[in-house]
Amino acid sequence: MVDLSHYLVLGAILFSLGVAGIFLNRKNAIILLMSIELILLAVNFNFIAFSHYLSDIQGQVFVFFILTVAAAESAIGLAIVVVLFRNTNTINVGDLDSMKG
Amino acid sequence: MIELLLFYVFAAILLFAATVVITAKNPVHSALFLVLAFFNSAALWLMAGAEFLAIALVLVYVGAVMVLFLFVVMMLDINLAPMREGFARYLPIGALVGLVMVVEMVLVVGSEQVNLIGATTAAAAGEPMSNTKALGSVLYTVYAYPFEIASVVLLVAIVAAIMLTHRRRPGTKQQSIDRQVRVHKEQRLRIVTMAPEKRD
Repeated sequence: MVDLSHYLVLGAILFSLGVAGIFLNRKNAIILLMSIELILLAVNFNFIAFSHYLSDIQGQVFVFFILTVAAAESAIGLAIVVVLFRNTNTINVGDLDSMKG
Repeated sequence: MIELLLFYVFAAILLFAATVVITAKNPVHSALFLVLAFFNSAALWLMAGAEFLAIALVLVYVGAVMVLFLFVVMMLDINLAPMREGFARYLPIGALVGLVMVVEMVLVVGSEQVNLIGATTAAAAGEPMSNTKALGSVLYTVYAYPFEIASVVLLVAIVAAIMLTHRRRPGTKQQSIDRQVRVHKEQRLRIVTMAPEKRD
């Protein structure tokens, strides 16, 4: 029998993989977006697991909205990456220092 | 028993795919393994009883978002060599942070005070209905306003993505609607008076 803790531990490992991906690929903007997708997927896992084991549909409604916002976020993020590449001919995050931040 | 076995198989493939996503040299491989991760997540969500969201994940993410990722990765001519520098340098700290987070979260989930390990399925309330019907009956009544706001968010995303990436290249031929509308008769039509021809 699959317990709630199975899903929660899986979500925790997936979340940590996403965070580690942000650490490892700090230069590549596209892989950074993919790591954010992994993190959001891990969060969705927790919502769905709790929704199933508490027999409460509201967790799934929340996952629905997270999916919506994540899709919008990745669409705008990729559009920004395309414009960035067109203007600076690179997507290396290390080269983006024109604001001297 | 077979359910637990399936869970472990799907979870193992999911974690393997996620690991390849963050370590692959080629971004195309990363995107394709992210597709694999989404498929296995959809299978696990099916096992958790979230049928509608599992299919939505496949349709929206694998069908739309990941295709967008692949388009962008293949459209941009990226020099990969400078991207990879610092990978070996950040590998220990990244692995350490990831490991610490996993251990912390597992300790929280497994601790006696939280007591989630032993949690089992509560008795389902009310008459049984399909997952899609249950989701829709809540989504269009209680969450009607958030649903509308979600549609506005998607509209904003469409407008923003088009505005960001659209450009007018010089030298291309295109319509100028306002000049077309503002045109006068005198600019297009010239009435000439000419003498009638003589018949011989």
